Parts: sequence; C-alpha cells; structure tokens
Amino acid sequence: MSIQDVRPVETAWTTGTIIEKELPTERTVRLRMHVDGRLPHQPGQHYLIRLRAPDDYTAQRSYSLASDDEDPLVELLVERLPDGEVSGFLADVAEVGDVLEMRGPIGRWFTWDTRTPALCLVGGTGVVPAVSMLRTARRLHRDELLRVVAVGRSPDVLPYRAELAKDGARIAYTRVDTDTRPAGAVTADELRPLLEGRELTYVCGSARFAAYAETLLLDCGVAPGAIRVERFGPSG
Amino acid sequence: MAVTRGFVGKRRGHERRLPPGQYDVGGSWPVLTAEATPRIEPDQWSLRVDGLVERPTTWSWDDVHRLPSSTYFGDIHCVTTWSKFDVAFKGVSVDALLDAAGPRPDAAYVLAHSSTGYTTNLPIEDLVDGKAWVVWEYGGKPLPREHGGPVRLLVPHLYFWKSAKWVSRLELMTHDQPGFWEQNGYHDRGDPWLEQRYQGD
Repeated sequence: MSIQDVRPVETAWTTGTIIEKELPTERTVRLRMHVDGRLPHQPGQHYLIRLRAPDDYTAQRSYSLASDDEDPLVELLVERLPDGEVSGFLADVAEVGDVLEMRGPIGRWFTWDTRTPALCLVGGTGVVPAVSMLRTARRLHRDELLRVVAVGRSPDVLPYRAELAKDGARIAYTRVDTDTRPAGAVTADELRPLLEGRELTYVCGSARFAAYAETLLLDCGVAPGAIRVERFGPSG
Repeated sequence: MAVTRGFVGKRRGHERRLPPGQYDVGGSWPVLTAEATPRIEPDQWSLRVDGLVERPTTWSWDDVHRLPSSTYFGDIHCVTTWSKFDVAFKGVSVDALLDAAGPRPDAAYVLAHSSTGYTTNLPIEDLVDGKAWVVWEYGGKPLPREHGGPVRLLVPHLYFWKSAKWVSRLELMTHDQPGFWEQNGYHDRGDPWLEQRYQGD
C-alpha cells in the first residue's frame, strides 16, 4: 500500500457529545463520543479536539481513535499530561453530555488497509491505534493479518490490557515479571518469529519508545520503508 | 462555535507571537516523524538542486560548508499546535543554492526530497529572499538525527512539516506537486498565521 492508494478527504470542524467517560488508569481518560456528521475512518487515524474559552481563546490537540469504523461512537483514549491544557480538562472537567468541537478523521499514512499482513509494536498509550486495528480485524475476521506487541511498564498502567490480551496481543512489561516473561524490554529474539510474513510494521509510542522500537525492527531485518511511525511527547 | 463548558484555558500571554490555535511548548522540542529515523553520515550526505535550473548542482558536506553561512533566530510552528520561541539554526540560505544553480524563468514550485523518500512541496517564493535555509546546526551544536540531522530544510514562516528533515534534493518544477503530508490531507501551503493546517482550510 502506498500513499497514492489513499484518497485525501477534506474534513471540517463539527461537534461531538460525550456519551461515556471513564478514567481506566490514573493517567488516562477514555471518552466515547457521538460525532455529528461523522465521516468513515480507517484504523490508525486520529481526531482533533478543540476547546474554546469565553474570550474565544482556543486550544486543540489530536488523539488517536481506538474505535472501529462500525462502532456507533468514536472512542478516544487520552493520556493526562502534567499541566496538560487539553488532557487535564478532558480528565478533570469534561462530563458526559458536554459538547466539544471535533474534526476528523485525520491522517492517511499511519493507517491499516485491513488487507496487508502487519505487525504493531506499540508502547504505553501508543497502543490506541493498534486497538482500533485489532477491533477492525476482528470484525472482518482477519485476525491472522494483524499481530500486536504491546509494551508497558506494568499491568496497572497499560491501557486496554485486558482487551489486548483477549485478542491475542503479545504483552511485554518492562518492570514486572509475569508467569510467561521476565521483566524487560522486547528483544530481537522475541520479535523475529512474529515478523514472519509481515509486510508492514507500525510503531507508536513516546519518542523514546519509538526510537527503541525502530532500531529493534531494523536489527531484525525489517526494511526502513516497511516501518511507519507515530510518536508523541517531548524529545527529552 | 460555542464556548466549551468549564474551559478557561491556561496558556495566554503570547497572543501576538503565537499563530491561532498554537501553544508555547517551552524548552522541549517534540519529535514527529512518519518514518524510521535514518542514520546518515555527513560524508555520505549530499544535496542536489535540479529540475528547471540552468546548472544542476550537487554539494557535498564540505562543499556546502564553503558557502557563506547564514543563521535563523526566531520561532517555529508545528501543525500539531506547538510553537517554539527563539530557536537558532545555522546553515546556508536557500538563496545561495538557487543563485548557484540558476532557476529558469518557468520554475514556479519546488519539491523538496529527503533521503528517506519524504517529500514536501513549496511555491518558489516561499524559499527565496532570505525566508528559507538548509541547516546543520541547532543552538550551536550539530543538528540531532531525530530533528533531521545532519542537514534539514528550514522554512520557519510555514508549518514545520515543510522544513523537510534529512533533505537531499530540491527539484524545481513548473507545477505544484503535492508532497508526503500534502497527499495525506495536509494543506498545500501551510501558513500558520492563516491556520492552513489541512486540505480545505
């Protein structure tokens, strides 16, 4: 799949209503929203949320979708950043029934076409686009096309831990031993067998995680052109 | 649109300096790339200016350092809404490169290419008259790899995806040809003051 295969779509600002809100971990908020005039999306795409103050000051951020396109609601998982202007509002102030400005779906590169055998190597809240890809794969009965390796510090902070485990993702904790795996970063020996037959790889996570994951994939012999990256957060 | 219930906002104070919808990221410098970060040694790097020019020219690392150096000091703006104030980049003005290559009168657009295959398109007016650089130093140190090192394009008056990392070629053309993000739904020009973020803005 090349970019040329994906047709750009013009998006415009619309509004979305918070239908469900929960705080699944200490540092995340999960929102399920009804979006007015919603457009179809591909797994891996994101939405913008824009907040508007009484003096018309605005702040906007983009958040990856966790939901499948067939889901009647759009699901976002937002990490609450220290002093985060938008993430702090969504976690602490926003309530069910609130209406927010939204725009999407955005992004045509970090998307899965639902046909290419792929592997996601994702860390922390970077699991979100992989959750969307897994949900879509499950709906289409194409689970075998998508392998997910999800990395977190510990079970209590890995978003969507139970769903990822149920859908067959390999889960690696860097700080916690489990029955099947000692604590530690994913190794090339662990990853190599999972890469067999994969044509594309998706890396999503913090700048630090993405740098590690990219290097690991290259060490495993993945071609640079077969690695798609979405990273977030400061560069440290 | 309507006011968001309960939102007052935190980050005012730079209204005249911040384009609409942007915030001051402070000391950090977020890294956003779509591809694996390449490892390019300076002695393997080169830059070519070709297409609609009188003298297609290639510069090596040493060649480009022999050109008169030029510095940018000011602000940069990323489409993901962060802006960074008072950054210093050193390199060479794109004017110096174009003067050497001699653009033909029908050259109206430039497609900047990176060694990764990344591309971005710009009208030639956005690259001339002291508005654009090819840079290899940030804050007095070699430009880090993840920020496009050894050499990136710098077009600070447009959103930062126009400042192609790992730049390797400037191709002058008669027509506009959308680059990587532009084909992916981002705006063709990307002026932060006009908030030209996405197709349709």
